Amino acid sequence: MAEVRTIGLSVLTDKNESRGRTIEVEKGVLSRNQELADELRKRFGVHGILALNFVSSPGSGKTTLLARTFTDMPDVRAGVIVGDLATDNDATTLRASGAETVQIMTGGVCHLEASMVSKAVAPLPLEELDLVAIENVGNLVCPAAFDLGEDLRIVMLSVTEGEDKPLKYPTIFKSADVVILTKTDLAEAVGFDRSAALENLRLTAPGATVFEVSARSGEGLSDWYDYLANRLGRAQ
Amino acid sequence: MHELSIAKNIIEIAEQHARQEGAAAITKVALQIGTLSGVVPEALEFAFEAARVGTMAASAELEMEIVPLICSCGDCKLEFTVEDRHGIALCPKCGKPSSDIRRGRELAVHSLEVV
Repeated sequence: MAEVRTIGLSVLTDKNESRGRTIEVEKGVLSRNQELADELRKRFGVHGILALNFVSSPGSGKTTLLARTFTDMPDVRAGVIVGDLATDNDATTLRASGAETVQIMTGGVCHLEASMVSKAVAPLPLEELDLVAIENVGNLVCPAAFDLGEDLRIVMLSVTEGEDKPLKYPTIFKSADVVILTKTDLAEAVGFDRSAALENLRLTAPGATVFEVSARSGEGLSDWYDYLANRLGRAQ
Repeated sequence: MHELSIAKNIIEIAEQHARQEGAAAITKVALQIGTLSGVVPEALEFAFEAARVGTMAASAELEMEIVPLICSCGDCKLEFTVEDRHGIALCPKCGKPSSDIRRGRELAVHSLEVV
C-alpha cells in the first residue's frame, strides 16, 4: 500500500509524463448480484421453500405450464414472481390458478436480477409457501448470467422453436438443472425431430433432467408433477 | 443486451477500487471473461464505451482475457479444454459428454491501470 502511494505522489510531481500503476482487483463483476442471490437462497431455505427460475424464449409456454401445474397441484402453496417488459397479462393468468403472484415490470430490461427478486418477494407470505416460481423475462441469452437465488434453473424449449435451440444457446442450456420440452401436442404438425432434440440436449446439457410435456393435452405432465412432488419432499 | 448493466457494474467496481487507492483516473480495465459467462465481448465493448462517459474511466481502455471452457470427465477425471462453439464437451479419452464445468463462467475485473 505504502509503495503504491509513493508511486502515486511521483505521478503528481512528474509534469512531463504520467506513469500509470496497476491495481489488482480480482472481483466478480456480478458479485453484488451473487450476494443478493445468496441472501435470497438463504431466505427461501429458512422457510423450506423450493425456488425455481424458469427461463425460455418468449412464447414457449412458461405461463401456461405454471398455471396448469398450480391448478393440478392445488395442495402445493405456490408463489410466482413474473417478469415482463410491459404488461401484467401473465400475472392475471397465474393468479387465476390460485398462486400468489407478484408482477415485475422490467420496463425494457431483458432479464431479471437478484435485486428485483429481493424487492418482489416482500409482499409474498413466505412462511405459508412451499414453492416460489420465478418466471424470467422471455429470453435465452441475458438471464443466463444472473443467479436469482433459485434451487433449480428450469430452461424450457417448445417444439415449435426447433430441435437445434440447445446448440444455438449453449450458455443457458448448460446452466439448466431441468429442461422441459413443451407443446409436444404440436410436434407432429411442425415436424419436430424429437430424437435430434434429445440428442442435442444430451450433448450440451448432459446433467439436466428432461421432461416432455403438453400443458394443453396433459401429456407428460404426471412425470413433471412427480418430480416436483419429489423435490418438495412429498411422494405423489 | 444485458451488457450495459454489466458495463455499469464494471465501472462501479473500477471506480471504487481506484478511489480507495487515491487515483485520479482509470486508464485501463482488465477483465476476465469466460466463454460461458453469457457476455458477448463485442457487445460489452460497445456498452463500456457508453457507460464510461463522465466517470473516472472516461478514457479507459478495455482489455479482455477470454477464458476457455474447461470441463472434467466424470469417468476419466481428465480435465480438457472445449473448442466446440456449441459448448459440446466430449471427453477426448472416452467420448462422454461432461457437465462438470471447471472454468469458463468467469466474469471478473482482474486489474486496473490508474494514474
